[in-house]
Amino acid sequence: MNQTISKKPRVLTNIFLHLHPANVREDAIAFNRTFGLGGMAALLIVIQFLTGIMLRFYYEPFPGLAYDSIVLLQNNVLFGKLIRNIHHWSGVFLVIITFLHLLRTFFTGAYQSPRQVNWIIGLLLFALVIFSNFTGYLLPWDQLAYWAITVSTSILQYIPLVGNSLREFVIAGTEVNADTLLIFYNLHSAVLPILILLLMAYHFWLVRKAGGVIVPNDAEEINIVPSYPNLVYKEGVVALVLIALILVFAVFANAPLLEVANPNYSLNPTKAPWYFAGIQELLMHFHPFFAGFFIPLCAIVLISIVPFLKYREPATGKWFHSEKGKSSSKLSAVFAVILILSLVLLSEYVVNFELLLSALPASISNGLIPLAIFISIIYIYYIFIVRKYKLSRTEAVQAMFVILISSLIILTLIGIFFRGVDMELTFPWNL
Amino acid sequence: MKKKKSKGLKEKDTIEETKGSSPESRRTFLNKLWKGLAILAGVEFTAVIFGFLFSGKGERKSYTPKQLIEAGPVNSFEPNTVTVFRGGRFYLTRLEDGGFIALSLRCTHLGCSIEWEEDKKRFICPCHSSAFTMNGDVQNPPAPKALDYYPITIDKGIIKVDVGTKVERERFSKNQIVYV
Repeated sequence: MNQTISKKPRVLTNIFLHLHPANVREDAIAFNRTFGLGGMAALLIVIQFLTGIMLRFYYEPFPGLAYDSIVLLQNNVLFGKLIRNIHHWSGVFLVIITFLHLLRTFFTGAYQSPRQVNWIIGLLLFALVIFSNFTGYLLPWDQLAYWAITVSTSILQYIPLVGNSLREFVIAGTEVNADTLLIFYNLHSAVLPILILLLMAYHFWLVRKAGGVIVPNDAEEINIVPSYPNLVYKEGVVALVLIALILVFAVFANAPLLEVANPNYSLNPTKAPWYFAGIQELLMHFHPFFAGFFIPLCAIVLISIVPFLKYREPATGKWFHSEKGKSSSKLSAVFAVILILSLVLLSEYVVNFELLLSALPASISNGLIPLAIFISIIYIYYIFIVRKYKLSRTEAVQAMFVILISSLIILTLIGIFFRGVDMELTFPWNL
Repeated sequence: MKKKKSKGLKEKDTIEETKGSSPESRRTFLNKLWKGLAILAGVEFTAVIFGFLFSGKGERKSYTPKQLIEAGPVNSFEPNTVTVFRGGRFYLTRLEDGGFIALSLRCTHLGCSIEWEEDKKRFICPCHSSAFTMNGDVQNPPAPKALDYYPITIDKGIIKVDVGTKVERERFSKNQIVYV
C-alpha cells in the first residue's frame, strides 16, 4: 500500500499526510458525513489571510484616509475591487460555514466524549471568526461601518456594573473615533489572525487525537482506504467548488461601500452587522439588559456546558442520534419557528408589557415577565416532547438545542430581511 | 492514580530523611526557583505590554470637538423652538417659558443620532424608533432614559454650550433648564 502512495507527487502527499492519517475508514470520508464543512472553513481562513495581506498594502487605518484608500483601491488598483470583494464574501461565507460546521458537529453527536474539549475550542474559534468579521466591519469607515459599530458596541452599556467602562475600553472613548479604528485594525489584521491560527492547529490536533471524525458505532464492515488519493481528492473537489462559488459572488456582487462616515447623521435604518441582527431583533422586544446581555449570555453558557452533561448512552455517530431524535428535532424546529414568529408579531402589534404594567420598572415589565412567560412555554414543550417520544438525555438536549438554534436563525432572518425604515416590520422587497 | 502518587511521595520522604540534603531536595529547590522566575518574567512581560498599550490612550484629543461653543444671542431663538448644531452635536431647545436646554444628538438606547420632527414636536431615533419630547424626556421606549444634556452659560446675552461636559440623567427636571 505504502509503495503505491510513494509513487504519487511526494511533496504534496507529505503535506497532506501531516494533516491526515495515512489510511482512513471509507465511511468516515463519505461526503454526507461532514459535508466538508471544517475543511471549507480552513480554506476560507487561508483565503482571508492571503487577500487580507494584499489589502494591507493599500489600506490606511486613519479616519481621514481610510475611506479614500478603499475608494482608491476599488477605482485605481488592478483587481483591487475583486480582491476586496473576495475578502468580503469569504468573510460572510466563513461565518455561515463555521456555523454549519458547528451544527454538523452537534447533530452527529461529536460534542460528546472524547471530543468535549474540542467542542469548546470550536466555540472559541467561532467567536474569533465573528470578532474578526466585526472588527473588519469598521475598517472601510463608511456610514454602514460607523453606525453598525456604534449600535453594536452600545449594547455593551447594558452589562451591569462594568458595561459603560467596558464600552469605553473597547472603542477607546465615548464614541467611535480614530483610536477605535486603529485598535480594530490591529485586532483584525494581527491579534485575531494569530489567535485563530494557534487555535486552529490545536483544533486539528484534537481531531486527530480523537481518531478522526465521528463515525457510526454500529457499522457492519469497516473498509480502510489510503487517504491519498481517496480523501485528498475529495477535499480538492470541495475546495475548487467553494473557490468557484466565491469568485462568482466576488465578480457579480460588490462589497458594500456607502458615503464616508458622518458621526452627525445615522442611517435609517441603522443595523448591526448581519450576524448580530438576531440580538438587535431581541432588543426590539426586551429590555436591553435582557436582550443585549442576559439572554445571549445564557445561550452561550448552555451551548458551552452541553458536552459536560451526563449522558447514559454514548453518541451513536449517526445524524440526529436516532430515528426518534430525527423526528423530535423536526417537530422542535417547526415549533420554534411558529412560536418565535407569533411572539414577534404579538410583541410588535398587540402586547406592550411596558404600557400594560407601567407601574413596574421597565426591566421587570419588559424583561423579567416576558422572559418568564417564554421559559414557561419552552418548559411545557420540553415535558411534552420528552413524554411523546420517550426521549433519552441526548435526544432531549438535542431537541432543546434545535429550539435555541432555530430561534436564533429566525430572529436573525427577521432582523436582516424584514426590518425596514424606522425598524418597522416590512417585506424584503420593500427594503 | 492518587494512591500511586502518595506512595511515591512517601518513598521520597524516607530517602530524604536518611540522606539529609540530598541531590533530590536541591533539584526540587532549583525547580521551584525556575518556576518562580518564570512566573515573575510572565508578570513583567504582561505589565510591559499593558503599560505600553494603555499609557498613551486619551492623549490624542484632537478628534473631539471644541469644548465651548457659542450658539448665538438669546433673542435669535424663539420660545418653543429647536435648533440643531451639527458641528457641536447638540440640539438647542428653547422651551415655551423661555428657558434653554442643550440636548445631546445621541439616542440613549444605542447611540444613533436623533432627528427633530417639527410637525410632531418630538425627537425620533431612526434605529429603534425611540421618541423624546422637546426637553429630552422619553416619550416612547426602548430608550431607557432621557437624552444627555450639556451645561449652558449665558454671558452678556450670548449663549455658550460646554460640549466637553456631557451630563447624564434619568429624566427631565426643572433645574436642568437655564434662564436668562
